[in-house]
Amino acid sequence: MTDLSRNGSAGVSAADPAPIAPFSRAWLTARWVPLVLFAALALLPFVADWAGEGFYITLFTRIMILAIAAVSLDLILGYGAMVSFGHAAYLGIGAYVIGILDYHAVGNAWIGWPLGIAVSAVAALLIGAVSLKTRGVYFIMITLAFAQMLYFAATSLSRYGGDDGLTIWGRNTVPGLDGWLDLEDRTTYYYVVFVCLLLVYLLCRALVTSRFGRVIRGAKENEQRMRAVGFNPYVYRLVAFTLSGAMAGLAGVLLANHAEFVSPAYMAWTRSGELIVMVVLGGMGTLHGAIIGAISFLMLEEILSGLWQHWKVIFGPLLILLVLFARGGIVGWLEKRRHG
Amino acid sequence: MEILLLVQTLNGLQLGILLFLIAAGLTLVFGIMDFINLAHGVQYMIGAYLAATVTLATGSFFLGLLIALPLAFVIGIGFERLVLRHLYDRDHLDQVLATFGIILFLNELVKIIWGPTPIAYPGPALLSGTIPVMDGFGYPVYRLAIIGAGIGVAILLWFLVSRTRAGMLVRAGASNARMVSALGVDIQRLFMLVFGFGAMLAGFAGMMAGPILSVEPGMGDNVLILAFVVIVIGGIGSIRGALVGALVVGLVDTLGRSFLSDILKLFVSPSAANDVGPALASMLIYILMAAILFFRPAGLLPVKSGR
Repeated sequence: MTDLSRNGSAGVSAADPAPIAPFSRAWLTARWVPLVLFAALALLPFVADWAGEGFYITLFTRIMILAIAAVSLDLILGYGAMVSFGHAAYLGIGAYVIGILDYHAVGNAWIGWPLGIAVSAVAALLIGAVSLKTRGVYFIMITLAFAQMLYFAATSLSRYGGDDGLTIWGRNTVPGLDGWLDLEDRTTYYYVVFVCLLLVYLLCRALVTSRFGRVIRGAKENEQRMRAVGFNPYVYRLVAFTLSGAMAGLAGVLLANHAEFVSPAYMAWTRSGELIVMVVLGGMGTLHGAIIGAISFLMLEEILSGLWQHWKVIFGPLLILLVLFARGGIVGWLEKRRHG
Repeated sequence: MEILLLVQTLNGLQLGILLFLIAAGLTLVFGIMDFINLAHGVQYMIGAYLAATVTLATGSFFLGLLIALPLAFVIGIGFERLVLRHLYDRDHLDQVLATFGIILFLNELVKIIWGPTPIAYPGPALLSGTIPVMDGFGYPVYRLAIIGAGIGVAILLWFLVSRTRAGMLVRAGASNARMVSALGVDIQRLFMLVFGFGAMLAGFAGMMAGPILSVEPGMGDNVLILAFVVIVIGGIGSIRGALVGALVVGLVDTLGRSFLSDILKLFVSPSAANDVGPALASMLIYILMAAILFFRPAGLLPVKSGR
């Protein structure tokens, strides 16, 4: 492609994850926001139970699951400028692994969960291997096309429900931990998802600060320079893409267990678009921004869709305004506000 | 078997022609401005809805076409001026998000105005009936007319792009927009016109497809992604590439869906073929795209770019 300069230097630049000076405002935001966020999420079930609003435990379980997918997308989108417009595909694959295993009467989490993650990772590896050969609009279109391919493949799996999807008869069991890990229990499952989100967040955090993450970020800033120093950005990008797909696969595994239902709609291309919206709304390239974005987007959806079934007529223009006038997302706004 | 093959080949051609009408405008917008426009598919939907409304109100398909075409052009230009113009110098992610917003808005607006259920409208009475293509078998005239109209538009486009001054500017813009701008051409206006024209072509495809497909909210989304596949196969910015890519996608997809299961039965058990066939058929064009990308990353007929 010819737009190396665009992708290289300007790239995706809303919230640059460049080194932050210790004890600066941005540094404090980067520390405090995730801490407060996870503390609030950890306490949420207690508050919900106390207020008698158990519905919020279920809602936030779903929100955290999609937040895992959003964080995994932020890893490649925010730090590597890889605009994957097909991320819902890995979510769907993870979910379908659980659904298909359940259809064949395998409900063991020790089998299903690693398998769901592994199959998603392999799919991401294959799709990434082809897509990452290209840049710019090609990359966007190709990731979108591959996700659509998997979507149509899922709709034609007539044995596993086809268009209508597949009902799962009960959540996975965890043999060996049966006594105290009953996934059917609402609060237990909430904390399982919470721990998954925390682990994914910490893993991504560790990745972006590692040497590996520096290569990814460096290749985003200036690919030619990275090559000159002796790195092959393609390999690093592919590894990041695969890891990201694997984490989205975990989100799919959790989503299938949460909804006890799997359908091609999980990998609809609009879902991929919504994941990008979550990341950008929260603030790209910050990881916790993706979580905030997922909460904001899904709460907004919850509230607006309760008010008016045609809420997307309002949301569409809001999204355009967000792009035109509010770059940096919510985390960017928080940082600016603290600057005073 | 031969009849089925002939019919499906014609159906494939017809899908390819519709895809070409959509991809032609899209590939120019990509090529000239390096702009990714997801909202191109909704132009196809809007074309179909406009034609449906006028046709049902007046009872004349041709009147519907006559009124809906300029309207599609105006709506395309309206979106260019309101939203897209402000995104040319932004990165691709911003363009994706904003045009995604347009899609959400228009798909929902269509639901509010016309309702969520599909609407149907008749093709022109003049083109009803069938033509005997083989003894004892007829093919609908209207479907042949779509192929004919598409070929007509392809020739018109070829003439416009390769034989007129405006077309020369478009070609120049596709290979080096900055240089064209430096030579004193108002590239913004040129792009606005190309955009409006592309929107009109997509709308035209929608109007033609309306009588044989269902007109419903979101009908442009799948078509958009197919058009992406077409452009990736053909090469960004190339109209000839769009034509070749569209015909390949149309034929492979249609023929794959009707014959792949039967072909598979030659190699595996019938029940396995029936299980795998449909899924594989729906994946065929994407696998083809991956293969073409692997060997020719810039597509089959790439534009030689000086940028």
